[in-house]
Amino acid sequence: MSVAALEISGLTKRFGGLVVTRDVSMRIAPGERRLIIGPNGAGKTTLFNQITGDLRPDTGSIRMFGEEISALKTRHRVARGLSRTYQILTLFPQETLLHNVVLSLLGLRFERWDPWSLLAKRSDLFDLAQESLQQVGLGSSGRRRVAETSYGERRRLELAMALAQKPKVLLLDEPLAGLSPEERNGISALFAAIPRDVTIIMIEHDMDVALAFAEQITVLHFGQVIVEGTRSEVVSDPRTREIYLGE
Amino acid sequence: MSRTGLAFLLGLGAAALVPFILNDFFTNLASQIICYALFAVSLNLIVGYGGMTSLGHAAYFGIAAYAVTWCVTVAGMDQLSAAICALLLATATAAVFGVLALRASGLSFLMITLALGQIVWGVAYRWVGLTQGETGMRFPARPQPLGFNIEGARSFYFFSLIIFAVSLYFVWRVVNSPFGAALRGSKDQPRRMRMLGHNVWMIRWIAFVMSGFWAAVAGLLFVYFQKFVSPYVVSLQQSAEVLLMSILGGASTLAGPVVGAVVVTLVKNVASTYVERWNALLGLIFIVAVMFMPHGLVPGCQALWARMRRPRPAKLAGPPGQGQAPSAEHAS
Repeated sequence: MSVAALEISGLTKRFGGLVVTRDVSMRIAPGERRLIIGPNGAGKTTLFNQITGDLRPDTGSIRMFGEEISALKTRHRVARGLSRTYQILTLFPQETLLHNVVLSLLGLRFERWDPWSLLAKRSDLFDLAQESLQQVGLGSSGRRRVAETSYGERRRLELAMALAQKPKVLLLDEPLAGLSPEERNGISALFAAIPRDVTIIMIEHDMDVALAFAEQITVLHFGQVIVEGTRSEVVSDPRTREIYLGE
Repeated sequence: MSRTGLAFLLGLGAAALVPFILNDFFTNLASQIICYALFAVSLNLIVGYGGMTSLGHAAYFGIAAYAVTWCVTVAGMDQLSAAICALLLATATAAVFGVLALRASGLSFLMITLALGQIVWGVAYRWVGLTQGETGMRFPARPQPLGFNIEGARSFYFFSLIIFAVSLYFVWRVVNSPFGAALRGSKDQPRRMRMLGHNVWMIRWIAFVMSGFWAAVAGLLFVYFQKFVSPYVVSLQQSAEVLLMSILGGASTLAGPVVGAVVVTLVKNVASTYVERWNALLGLIFIVAVMFMPHGLVPGCQALWARMRRPRPAKLAGPPGQGQAPSAEHAS
């Protein structure tokens, strides 16, 4: 068996008496498209926060390409190829779209410590940023400030910032939240275009888009993995229907 | 040349004319303003760009002032070595205090910087053997940079102006560098910055140390100007005033703290000869500024200027309420 892109085992996190992640284990192969579903409060985002290092799990391990990362700081996990988008937009609203992506590029470059050269003259960085914006269909909006863009454009920018880092493992936290059906279709087309060397784990409520995207699905409920398997296995499983589809 | 560069040179040119237009009293006042302007610019690096509001910034300003005086008068060092030692000591103090204060952020950060500043004040006030306490220490004579005599009001003003211009240029480079971008990013979205791979703590600490260094340069200017140092330079009043300058003029702009320093120093020195309660006047100015220009005088005037220059057809031709659209969008 080849090494997993991400392997979580026995992960548990408590907030006081509330167990938000209960003995979660999952194995995600390189290049896999994994969907995580579950009702509100199932602990999906909390799981993401533990994978990224925003939260420390109480017990359990997280391995990325075989390396134990659960003790690493967030930025060290990022340096190893982990990237994410946020359910609640987390952008730099007063800056241009290009500047947002440049900040993302700088995160992985030593030049971020450079206190002397003028950033505006670093056309190499801005060219790369422009490429990333083009990739998500924002090629002509780079000079606008985030505060002047629409919600749909901001969702795309979130994705551009994550993709600009050329991640190996990409976590997408409800990337379609709050979008119109047309916008959803536009963005889900972008997911399909992400190369296969990127492993993607997505939390999403829009079943049409999510099911079309995912190969493997994990259902979380009260912090626990209830069902896991291929798309058809999970969809036909009675427990999924009971918990999630409400039938 | 960029508009910023042009504005910088024009401002510098105008400032260079001051001693030719005004008498020695006002030239000295202008030197004092320059010193405080640099102090406020240094603080603004962390307050405006880094989002770290400090109430103990007088510590680095004052430590440099005390250290250079001590090195010259007690240790008998030459001026240049004394200045270098003073800058090193103040910057090293900022490095240590930064480690302590940056364990927290926001209000807790403010309280820690306040406490650390008060410790320095306590040392200056109580350790009479070192600092001569309340009596203060005299600084014998101004240095002679490159052999120039800067004892006169006019020559000292030009000396200060050059130091200030060079310092401001350095700070401008930092603010517009990749590091500056990372610093501003860490102010707005620290969590996101970490997720992008940035070391937010280190970014803040470096900015804090830089800020301490430029405050120390301002402290040197101060003691060269006053030729005297007392616990007042490290007092909370001093830290609060420089914070007021920075916020009043407009934190997160380079010109803001400079304007703030001009206003506050003028009120302190000029208005105080006519108005006994100049502190109240300063408070009043601050309240009015906060009410009408909450982002500070410089951004406020920029917005006002933009509004005055904008032609009005949109208001005449467009449907009612259209003029509100940009601000509504801004809020989201």
